[in-house]
Amino acid sequence: MGFTIGALCVILLAVFIVQIGKARELASIVRNDPAEQDEINKFHAGLGMIFMVTFLVACVVSFIYYIPTTLGWGPNIAASAHGPEVDYLFNLTLFFTAIVFVLTHIALFWFTWKYKGKQGKIGLYWAHNETLEMVWMIIPSVVMTFLVVGGLQAWNNIMLDLPENAVSVTLPEEDGQYIEIEATGSQFLWFLRYPGRDGKIGTKYFTQINSSNKVGQTWTDEKNMDDFMTNEIVLPVGKPVRVRITARDVLHNFYIRDMRVKTDAVPGMPTYFNFTPTVTTDSMRRRLSQEPEWQVADKNFDTKQRWELFEYELACAELCGNGHYSMRNLVKIVTEEEYLDWLDKQEGGELAEVVIDSTTGQVEYTYVPGSVKSQYFSKIHNTDKDPLEGKTADLEKLVENKLRVNVYMTKMTDMRNNAELGSADYTNAEEAMNKLKPIQKTARITTDVKLSTEALAKAKAIADAVNVTPVVPVTVPVPDSTVQDTTK
Amino acid sequence: MADINIVEKELEHGGHHDDHGHDDHDHHGDKYQSSFVDRYIFSQDHKTIAKQFLITGMLWAIIGAGMSIIFRLQLGFPDANMAWLQPLLGGWIKIDPTTGLGEIDPDFYYALVTMHGTILVFFVLTAGLSGTFSNLLIPLQIGARDMASPMMNMLSYWFFFLAGAILFISLFLNTGPFSGGWTGYPPLSALPQASDGSKAGATLWLLSLVFFVVSVLLGGINYITTILNMRTKGMNMFRMPLTIWAFLVTAILGLLSFPVLASGFFMLTFDRVLGTSFFLNEIFVAGEALTTRVGGSAILYQHLFWFLGHPEVYIIILPAMGLVSEVLSVSARKPIFGYKAMVFSILAIGVLSFLVWAHHMYMSGMNPFIANIFVLFTLIIAVPSAVKVFNWIATIWGGNLRINSASLFSIGFVSMFISGGLTGIFLGNAAIDIQQHDTYFVVAHFHIVMGVAAFFGMFAGIYHWFPRMYGRFMNETLGRIHFWGTMIGAYAIFGPMHYLGMAGVPRRYYRFDKFQAFSEFTGMNEFITIAAILTFAVQILFVINFFYSMYKGRKQTEMNPWGATTLEWTAPVDAGHGNWDGDIPHVHRWPYDMGRHGREFIPQTEPLAEGEIDGGH
Repeated sequence: MGFTIGALCVILLAVFIVQIGKARELASIVRNDPAEQDEINKFHAGLGMIFMVTFLVACVVSFIYYIPTTLGWGPNIAASAHGPEVDYLFNLTLFFTAIVFVLTHIALFWFTWKYKGKQGKIGLYWAHNETLEMVWMIIPSVVMTFLVVGGLQAWNNIMLDLPENAVSVTLPEEDGQYIEIEATGSQFLWFLRYPGRDGKIGTKYFTQINSSNKVGQTWTDEKNMDDFMTNEIVLPVGKPVRVRITARDVLHNFYIRDMRVKTDAVPGMPTYFNFTPTVTTDSMRRRLSQEPEWQVADKNFDTKQRWELFEYELACAELCGNGHYSMRNLVKIVTEEEYLDWLDKQEGGELAEVVIDSTTGQVEYTYVPGSVKSQYFSKIHNTDKDPLEGKTADLEKLVENKLRVNVYMTKMTDMRNNAELGSADYTNAEEAMNKLKPIQKTARITTDVKLSTEALAKAKAIADAVNVTPVVPVTVPVPDSTVQDTTK
Repeated sequence: MADINIVEKELEHGGHHDDHGHDDHDHHGDKYQSSFVDRYIFSQDHKTIAKQFLITGMLWAIIGAGMSIIFRLQLGFPDANMAWLQPLLGGWIKIDPTTGLGEIDPDFYYALVTMHGTILVFFVLTAGLSGTFSNLLIPLQIGARDMASPMMNMLSYWFFFLAGAILFISLFLNTGPFSGGWTGYPPLSALPQASDGSKAGATLWLLSLVFFVVSVLLGGINYITTILNMRTKGMNMFRMPLTIWAFLVTAILGLLSFPVLASGFFMLTFDRVLGTSFFLNEIFVAGEALTTRVGGSAILYQHLFWFLGHPEVYIIILPAMGLVSEVLSVSARKPIFGYKAMVFSILAIGVLSFLVWAHHMYMSGMNPFIANIFVLFTLIIAVPSAVKVFNWIATIWGGNLRINSASLFSIGFVSMFISGGLTGIFLGNAAIDIQQHDTYFVVAHFHIVMGVAAFFGMFAGIYHWFPRMYGRFMNETLGRIHFWGTMIGAYAIFGPMHYLGMAGVPRRYYRFDKFQAFSEFTGMNEFITIAAILTFAVQILFVINFFYSMYKGRKQTEMNPWGATTLEWTAPVDAGHGNWDGDIPHVHRWPYDMGRHGREFIPQTEPLAEGEIDGGH
């Protein structure tokens, strides 16, 4: 009903306007006034001037109004090391184009007004002027040269590949080190993979994909052992990151607005984007808390203000199907300590049992099932699908695997406290730690080891005092209830 | 008017031979057009074919723009009850059984976006614009009785019609029309498992566009042949109006680029139908690893597509530039400023348009080093474009500008081309494109520069040459209302989108509320939607004006109502097939002798006076 009435109104309005048009045309024919066109010229050239002024003012006013969301201005600043280059170039181009935009629009409508037709006048026969044409060919050429040179410099800086000898590590400490993570686009969610403590992402192949192996990790590759999947990207501030971008089914695009990061995910061809986050989520929130637009109650949480809920977001920017608009994951930029804590929580899980062979120095450890996020340990290890069986206990691997050693040391400390550590175990542990020392990369683990050395000295004294007989191999039960969990 | 006498005198005294092999002409039809069907349906008269292209293009424009209104409703009012659209859209409106509220199906949203792009780019702005005016103006302005091959010309239209019919049928498929974007990137477009729209809809979409390519090629070969071979005596290349230059370069671009698109489409069809994998590699979709579909490259398709796709935007805008140059010059009663610079700009744009395609692909994962070359050439295009803009403005300077619907739309075109062209300088720079790629900034840019601007050129052309087509004038009052409504409306729609883009809001999102960063523009999106609806309503006014004026408009009484110098106004108002009753007029001077020697204008048919040097040099 409403639809019909609306349609009728529109039709009536159209008929009305058409009748006006017809009437004006008839009147004009009847009047047969040759000066009428002059009046029309004047009226519409005048409208043109009004339009031009209004339009230019509206452009300026709306720009000022939208500064809070405009890149490079207000709070929408780049939160990555290369981002300001993008924003600078944008604003440089804005500066040049704004000048041209304003001048040409003024000229266009002002000339229309000034040279509006009058009866009996004849247009100027002015067909060309080479000097003038050269001038307005050279000026844009010069401006374009600036923009091309500036643009290409920025582009090649940003897209610069990592040096050949660069290595991916858990936490970069020096030049040439970077964190590598992997994002795999899929209809309609991102699979995010972290390399674990070896800092290396394992290989994958699409034929391996199944419901428990979402990205198709190949289990013959030991680098896959500690790779784990997350629902959010967490990265330490100020550390170079390389995202390996891949796709499972169709094209996607890895897009983090605030980082000025965007690259297509192509099935069968990994792409990369290197960037360095420079602003933590927390400092971004603090910055936003100064902005009036962000000091309002959030739509969903009345108790919180918008700035308190700010998050960096990963989006898809390449049409991938009907759920394209919903591929959202959070990106959290944190401090180094928070990052390492988070890593611990991701892979650490709960240790069920540590077995040390006193003669060979081999250490076998078991996690509580389900408590480990590493795809390998939660899905493949100790099943008949495991091609790496036996290799897991290799101490060399353990040495590479800082997290596990870290957990191991923690447990040692616990055992020392409970006076469960024998002298043979101590020797083995010390050996293990001596091997560890030269490759300590992170301040955090170094500190741990220092502490542990002191602690182990105490442990030795305790062990001597209680005179524990060494057992070969020594099975060290992990205190409290976790032991029972292994049987479940 | 005195000038008509000159034309007539020219016709009488010429004593020319008809060089083009046509015999006597009964201008109300010939042996090829004896029946109604031959005359109005399978007509071989270029003027009739032009009208067929125009009216078909207008129908598609209404459908395509109507689709945009529906998806704008979704974007502006994502939570509104859309149940009222169910009578029109049926199952595409999903009704929640408990609340009774209706919403647009996401699949349908993407189908609408895809169809809108395909229809507007190919059917309206390629066929409807270039097809209409190339057909109408090439023979009339160069002095030919018809196209080199009227038969091919007719086939060109009917292949276009066939392409349209197939796409139209695909709208009614059970699984819906193609929904993978007008660019149709594989693997999404190649895998029926990946999306409903990639089932039968994609096959029909490809089929339709392959027929469309045939249509463009048949037309293009014809236009080029006609322009190069069938110019009347005295019409050397530098006496051709800029419209003809624009149509010539457009046709060359089409001829060189559309076959590449066709090759891409064939490969995509093979991937879909024959199990090849030109564009597929290592795909796991719908729970299954496609182990036999490896070794292809999805990026290869993008290269093939944009090798057409970028020239395509010039195929769209060049005819509009030509029309506007002509209308501005005639309305300003002044020669076009820098005729030769305009010609060389068109040629430069034509050449450069083949060297910039990968600027659509900076973020596609292609080697970033390649971008260096494409940034360079892309920004170089700004120079000939700038020259054209300055020349149009200089054309107005010192003129005696007659302001009517046609010249208003020409001025609007220049404004739009400036606004949209300048944002291209941002996007052409790869480093800025990292952020702006696939955001609303791009949507704003290309809608203004090749959508709205091309439409403005088309409107200018329609208002200006309507008398040439139908012997009547369109209503000026309605035309001016149409102009101001469209001018303000178009900026109201696409202006704010720049701010969306600068805030990083991606395009092709069904709704924005999943993301904190993109969801804060609900007010702006409502505003854009309302502006779009109003602007669409104004276009309906144009359609009414068009069809009303066709039958009831003011009759054209003088042969040359605008005081133009070009040949199309020397043919009788009711010219039949063959255009000129007597011999074809000869040309003696360039087309822009306006205001020269104190005369308002000198037609091209008037011989040069003793010692007079032809203009434009």
